[in-house]
Amino acid sequence: MGQTAQSAGQLGVPVIVLETVTKRFAAGTRPALADVSVSIDRGEFVFLVGASGSGKSTLMRLVTREEAASRGEVTVAGRNLNRLPSWRVPALRREIGCVFQDFRLLPGKTVFANVAFALEVTGRSRGHVRTAVPEVLDLVGLGGKEQRLPHELSGGEQQRVAIARAFAAKPPILLADEPTGNLDPSTSVGIMRLLDRINRIGTTVVMATHDSDVVDAMRRRVIELDDGRVVRDQRRGVYGSPYVRAASRLDAR
Amino acid sequence: MSVSPVVSEVRTGLRQNVTMTIAVVVTVAVSLALLGLGLLIGKQINVMKGYWYDKVEVAVYLTPDVTPAERDALNAELTADPLVSQVTYESQQDAYQRFKDQFKNSPGLVDEVNPDELPEAFRVKMTDPRQFAQISERFSGQPGVAEVQDQRELLKGFFKVLHGFQITALVIGIVQVLTALVLISNTIRVAAFSRRRETSVMRLVGASNLYIQLPFVIEGALAGLVGGALAIAAIVAVKIYVVDHRLAKSVVAFPFVGWGAIWGVGALVLAFGIVLSSSASFVTLRRHLRA
Repeated sequence: MGQTAQSAGQLGVPVIVLETVTKRFAAGTRPALADVSVSIDRGEFVFLVGASGSGKSTLMRLVTREEAASRGEVTVAGRNLNRLPSWRVPALRREIGCVFQDFRLLPGKTVFANVAFALEVTGRSRGHVRTAVPEVLDLVGLGGKEQRLPHELSGGEQQRVAIARAFAAKPPILLADEPTGNLDPSTSVGIMRLLDRINRIGTTVVMATHDSDVVDAMRRRVIELDDGRVVRDQRRGVYGSPYVRAASRLDAR
Repeated sequence: MSVSPVVSEVRTGLRQNVTMTIAVVVTVAVSLALLGLGLLIGKQINVMKGYWYDKVEVAVYLTPDVTPAERDALNAELTADPLVSQVTYESQQDAYQRFKDQFKNSPGLVDEVNPDELPEAFRVKMTDPRQFAQISERFSGQPGVAEVQDQRELLKGFFKVLHGFQITALVIGIVQVLTALVLISNTIRVAAFSRRRETSVMRLVGASNLYIQLPFVIEGALAGLVGGALAIAAIVAVKIYVVDHRLAKSVVAFPFVGWGAIWGVGALVLAFGIVLSSSASFVTLRRHLRA
């Protein structure tokens, strides 16, 4: 392990680039993102931190093109999202795996079927599904639980299923929106190990979080948003940097 | 693109929504059957018009006391008239014969009529039937003429009634079509809502819009197909049990629309039903299943 890129910007190939991006949801309101410029290289592991409403989720939704930027350019995996026609959005989404705080599993489907679903609906062949699903379930440590239903699993296991689903097609980018938000600390550690492992295979991981323990333990790049602006971008950061918070608080006054 | 997930999606969709699906199918069937009947009544009117307008002509009825000289004079004048293309004399016996032919299914009526109760007449074919007024003006009141009658006038009332049926069927049919559209749109909305988890995961992992929408559109198309088939069955039943078994046996004065027209209208109605309901689903999805 560890022979592939793991530290920030080592390969220097930008895979997610926001250039002076502003997102305003309604005219005349405060923008959710204001003049944000961020570049994330292939293979990086990035924490997005900041208070609720600071713009973390908006940033992620811009990357998956659930929202379009009001101003500025968003480029993901070589695609300029400002000029991406809506019929090509599915192709973009296949490059991005998404994980959420609330797992979003299909309650009526088994673990296997939940993961297989993601592959089937993107047109993978039955044979591919049969081999790829057990593989990714082994990767997330759920081998042997293929036939369980989500409600029979613990929260941590459910999140592992969700990660398996997001990563089943081996996308180059994984977005995780507070993946440990519903989990207890020890379970969170397991999930973070898993995300770390996925990152070490070469996947770019962007994780929004409020979990200071996790950020402090990992020591990866930290981008802090406050009120829609990037107030910190640190290569081996920790969750809170008191002086920045104090400064931004002073700014607000 | 593998097909099986789509098929299973369609199946669950239909199962989750049985009552709504039945309502949609019935409404589609009723609307299409009415539209089909409207179209067929229109065809029937055309069949009858073609049949009658070829035969029906101006009848110059003669008075019972007409003299042979008057008759000859009228014949000569009619023959010479440039508006007239053909003149046929019909004696009382000829008239009786025709009467017997027309009403051979009601022997009682024929028994009650004697040949000498029917007027003799000249049957006149005109070069242009619309010039009837001129003929009427020229011959009414001439000695020996009882009445000049445009027989097309007799049919006009009848056609008006039929036309009324047709308009009624079409109007109710169109109202039903609108109802069906609203119902389909509502059903698809419910279906999209009940499967919002699945569709949101599909969007998330990058399934194409077509792939996400296909199960719903197929559901709509199926409703259209089944509704259309029921409508055709209803039309065929009307043709067999109402037209062929009843009307055609008692009414011989004109022919009825044939099977060719029935299948033609049936195919049209079926295609319309499928296109209508699948596009209704598609349009609904555009609005309710967007990313």
